[in-house]
Amino acid sequence: MRFSGYIPILVVTAALAVVPLVFSSNSLFNFMVMSLIITLAAQGWNILGGVAGQTSFGHALFFGVGCYTAAMLQFHFGVNAWLAFLLAVAAGAAAGFILGFLSFRAGLRGSYFALITLAFAELMRILANASDWTGGAAGLLLKLNPGFSNMQFESRASFLWLALAFVFIGLVISRAIAGSRFGAQLVAVRENEDAARALGVDVLSVKLKAISLSGAITAAAGVLYVQNFLYIDANIGFGVWISIEALLAPLVGGRGLVLGPLIGTFTLHGLGELTKSFAGRIPGIDLMVFAVVLIGVVAFASGGVLGLLRRFAPRLARRIAV
Amino acid sequence: MMLRTETIIMRFGGLTAVNQASLGVREGSITGLIGPNGAGKTTLFAVIAGFLQPTGGRVLWQGRDITGLKPHQRAQMGIARTFQIVQPFQGLNVLENITVGSYLRHRQTDEAVAKARAVAERVGLGAELEQQASSLTVAGRKRLELARALATEPKLLLLDEVLAGLNPSEIRDIIPVIRAIRDDGVTIFMIEHVMQAVMNLCEEVYVLAQGQMIAEGTPASVCNDPAVIEAYLGKGAAARIASTGGAHA
Repeated sequence: MRFSGYIPILVVTAALAVVPLVFSSNSLFNFMVMSLIITLAAQGWNILGGVAGQTSFGHALFFGVGCYTAAMLQFHFGVNAWLAFLLAVAAGAAAGFILGFLSFRAGLRGSYFALITLAFAELMRILANASDWTGGAAGLLLKLNPGFSNMQFESRASFLWLALAFVFIGLVISRAIAGSRFGAQLVAVRENEDAARALGVDVLSVKLKAISLSGAITAAAGVLYVQNFLYIDANIGFGVWISIEALLAPLVGGRGLVLGPLIGTFTLHGLGELTKSFAGRIPGIDLMVFAVVLIGVVAFASGGVLGLLRRFAPRLARRIAV
Repeated sequence: MMLRTETIIMRFGGLTAVNQASLGVREGSITGLIGPNGAGKTTLFAVIAGFLQPTGGRVLWQGRDITGLKPHQRAQMGIARTFQIVQPFQGLNVLENITVGSYLRHRQTDEAVAKARAVAERVGLGAELEQQASSLTVAGRKRLELARALATEPKLLLLDEVLAGLNPSEIRDIIPVIRAIRDDGVTIFMIEHVMQAVMNLCEEVYVLAQGQMIAEGTPASVCNDPAVIEAYLGKGAAARIASTGGAHA
């Protein structure tokens, strides 16, 4: 029982890990790297927005904090990339704690909380766009210097494996939470705060833990982005695009479920890429596909892809511990 | 006294829902709180459980002032409450619902789940463990509410109308369950409208009307108290009943 819950995670990770051994298409690798980065960001979102039910519309805040902390530490101070990574993750957790402290202590829930997160992300975007430290509108360009110690890799496959390792850690963390006391408390807070309180759950502290962990994971995705593209500007780091990606993926895959973000991201981006290859170069066609998928999910499958699996193949769903 | 409230006042703007209510719950007892609709019973419960901060007065738990403590802190000290309007975790099944309660004293998942199963068995939900909370009947939800509170292993259980909405046979089924809980050493303080249950279970009863404590004593004495009869039936009712010689209470 204990270990068997982790088997689907191992299988999925192994399946993704062999892709570079079988194929050698760079565009496929790029697609996968980008999808894995978004998956990681979405895994962060899923802990707060999916499991704990605190819908965030501004996870760009954490993504950007991760991007900029890693980039600025390397750019201005020449800090080692791995150390910068750790500090960026810590900064993401701190940002989560501060945002959570300000909003949850004031009792903000639902759409009020979502709007506050959006406001903070936008605030940071404007600040990052204006400050010299962050390179202003021109952004920051990191030096290309491949090598493991710099967290840069010449082969696309190596970076893919690195991103996959992070997603794997994200899956393990999500799975461990799902079967734990903390996980039960998160779900209780999502379902009914008053009832949770009556059963001895310290709602504020549970929410603060959730948002800090969520911020840390999404910040890690930001670091991966920077290490992959070696470039960051305000509209990438704190842009609305990543807030939407981070929340869309779990909704499509299965909100609050361990594999939700991964399945959601690959479903969405897979469909997006497919449409692009059919429809040619119509700009924004993949976004239209996203919109159609989202409407479909909201209208017909509120549990996302995994929810459909649960409904139509309950035995299989139980076997992979959905 | 295990629990005392001293001159609790709870105002909402201009409305005084509870006015100078004092009471005491003896350890090991089943104590009742009755009163007409809108008397402030649930409000007083919310104050005792920490969901409302009273405008005035104190709540004492085993002699210690707990007025400033949060609900979860009181739950950790051993005060559990149920809600009059049941508050299940809709998306979870029965076992998961109860496990949230048992996690309070058991950090390990195996232990918490085992405890939750035992509690479910005890309140008669053993056959519905896998059922979604949202699909339970009214009686099932009431039992779930009771089970969840019980899973926190409380010393004092605050039951807010757990019998309301049940039919007579369901009430007959659940009364022994409540008595068994007390016999296992859990003190019970219950709001109840079903007088059959109050007469059956309670050793001591407090009567709240329009926010004020108007009577206390054994169920039988309280039911014959003119002030109580008037609170329920209107002014002069006690005198009319006495003159017609009826003992309707």
